[in-house]
Order: sequence, then structure tokens, then C-alpha cells
Amino acid sequence: MGIFSFFKTGKEDQSASIAKDRLQVLIAHERTGRSGPDYLPMLKQDILDVIKKYVAVGDDALSVQLESQDNCDVLELNITLPEEAESDEESAESARRRAMERRQAANAT
Amino acid sequence: MTKTIVVTSGKGGVGKTTTSASIATGLAKRGFKTVVIDFDVGLRNLDLIMGCERRVVYDLVNLVNQEASLHQTLIKDKRIENLYILPASQTRDKDALTIEGVARVIHKLKKSDFDYIICDSPAGIEKGAKMALYFADEAIVTTNPEVSSVRDSDRILGILQSESKRSKMNEEPVKEHLLITRYNPARVKDGQMLSVDDIVDLLAIPLLGIIPESPSVLDCSNAGKPVILDEESEAGQAYSDAIDRLLGEAKPHRFMDAPKKGLLARLFG
Repeated sequence: MGIFSFFKTGKEDQSASIAKDRLQVLIAHERTGRSGPDYLPMLKQDILDVIKKYVAVGDDALSVQLESQDNCDVLELNITLPEEAESDEESAESARRRAMERRQAANAT
Repeated sequence: MTKTIVVTSGKGGVGKTTTSASIATGLAKRGFKTVVIDFDVGLRNLDLIMGCERRVVYDLVNLVNQEASLHQTLIKDKRIENLYILPASQTRDKDALTIEGVARVIHKLKKSDFDYIICDSPAGIEKGAKMALYFADEAIVTTNPEVSSVRDSDRILGILQSESKRSKMNEEPVKEHLLITRYNPARVKDGQMLSVDDIVDLLAIPLLGIIPESPSVLDCSNAGKPVILDEESEAGQAYSDAIDRLLGEAKPHRFMDAPKKGLLARLFG
């Protein structure tokens, strides 16, 4: 920190806080992955595939959380449906039709 | 009662071997009969850091395969009474180690009245690393203030909690210690490096020590001398403090603050 650094805004130097924020998100995510049973990622993928048969959703539409409370495990599913599926009848209809076609195609193979 | 301590990290190059050498030397200096085992089969380096590379005859794999006795394999340190080195094999690979074989070695060491067995883990999360941590009562997780090292440390903590013998036998969990190495307080002050508090926050395990970045670490490894023996250096003193804490003494942490700059340095630094 010499006299010249007084003219700098000082913002570009704070990379440590960026590092901490990134690690916080990542470590929390990786910890949930390893605390659950081995089948959890596969279960999530299968559920997502089933939803995709009926509704056009992205891969991030489903969040799966397994929590242990006392003696029982609670599996919490959170599915985010796309907005037009509720507001726009037409697009919901077309999504359903597309899903139906995809299923038929899958059955044919 | 023998205590087995693994020095691990997941990531390579963060200072596991430097730490193993200094922790083992520090414990022996305090009068405990200590052995430090190199688990990095195929990439032996502890012998170099300890300065006994020309005295290696038999190694860990010979001992596991019962081709040599414990007495033949252990190298007695020439500087410190009570300190022994068990080198890794340089010619074999990690598959040469088995749980049963390593269990036999640990059992023999316990019967020879060792107070501490320090296991220097290889990098990674494969067989060698898992073998090094399997028998641990305590773990020193070596971490650099850097994103990939912190993430890998968290991963290795997960493995300690699920794949160590203590976890598999449903015993009391492995006692975890965080050791932050290559810490540079000046860069932390400028916001360029994760701080001690950041890392403790992220990993959520008790802090054993902070080893500042110090030229004496390289000087000592060049000379084959554990840095804890360089009592003048900050790194040596920091390791010595860590030994006190490992033995249960509450000692304030040092070397966390950047040295104060003089007026000239502040103007033109």
C-alpha cells in the first residue's frame, strides 16, 4: 500500500471474499451429496425423467433433500414447474402433446 | 496407549510430508517414542525430508510382506532420541498394501511401546490415502489458504467420517485437527487470500495451528532437516506451538498478522 494505491478503488483486490462465497456454496452442495445414500442421485434422475414425460422442465427443476428427524427420514422433493404451464393453456397442451409423442417414440424403440 | 495420527489433505503439495516430519520430530523431542510412516508407496519422499535417504534398506512393503523384521526396517533418527522412520517402497505400487498387512505392522509397532504412530498420507483419495487414514485415532488435515485445497480437505473429512476403521466399527469418531500451511498474513490483509477465520468457518473443525509461508521450509527440506528443528524460524516455532496444542495445551495462535510496515515502506511499498 504505497501512495499510489490511494488512487485505486480497492475493489479488485478482494478476491478472497469471492473465493469464500464460491466455496460456501460448493461445500454445502457436496456435503448433501455425500451424507445421503448412494442411490439418491439416481433416484433424482429417474424422478426427473418421469416429470419430463409430462412437463417440459429443465434439469434444475427438481431438488431432492433427505433429512433425518428422530427416527424417520424425510425425503423432500421440490419441483419447479415452468410458469407458462399454468398461465398458458395452449403451451401446456403442446408440452403434453410433445411428451406423449416422446413416450410413443420411446415405446416404439 | 499408542495414538495413531494421520497427516492428510486430499490435495498434493500442501505440506503433508513437511508436517509429518515436523510433528513426529516434535513429539519425539518431548520424550515420546514416535515412528513416522511414509504411505506414499512408489513416490517415497519422507526419507529425503528427514535426511535419512541413504540409510534405507528395507521398507514398508517388505514389512507388510514379512520379508524383513520391524527392527531391520525402522531407521533410527540420528538427531533425536526416540524417533524412528519407516520408509515407503520406491519400486512397488500402492496395491502392495492391504488392510490386513498394514494392521499387522500397526500391531507390531504398538507392541514395541510406541507412543505415537504418525502416518504420512499420499495425495489423492485412492488406496494409499485410504490405507493411511484407516487406523487413525486422530487426523491432521493440512490445508493451504486456496480454493482447491479447502475443497479437497472437506472431501477427505468426509472420507475420514465414513471410511476410517473408527467409523466402520461405530467407535468414537476420528479426532480432526486443521493445520493451515503456507499462510501469508500480508496477502490476507489485502483481501487476496482466504483468512484463518474463513477456512475454519468453511471446514468447521478445530484449528491446530497456522504455519506461515517461510523461506526456512525450503532451506530445511534442502538440508534434510525437519523445519521444527529450526527454532529461529517462524515455521519452526509454529510447528512447536502445534505440538503443544496436540498435547492438550491451550496456546494462543501466532503469525496471523502482517508485520507492521515502517513509514517509508508504507509510502513507497
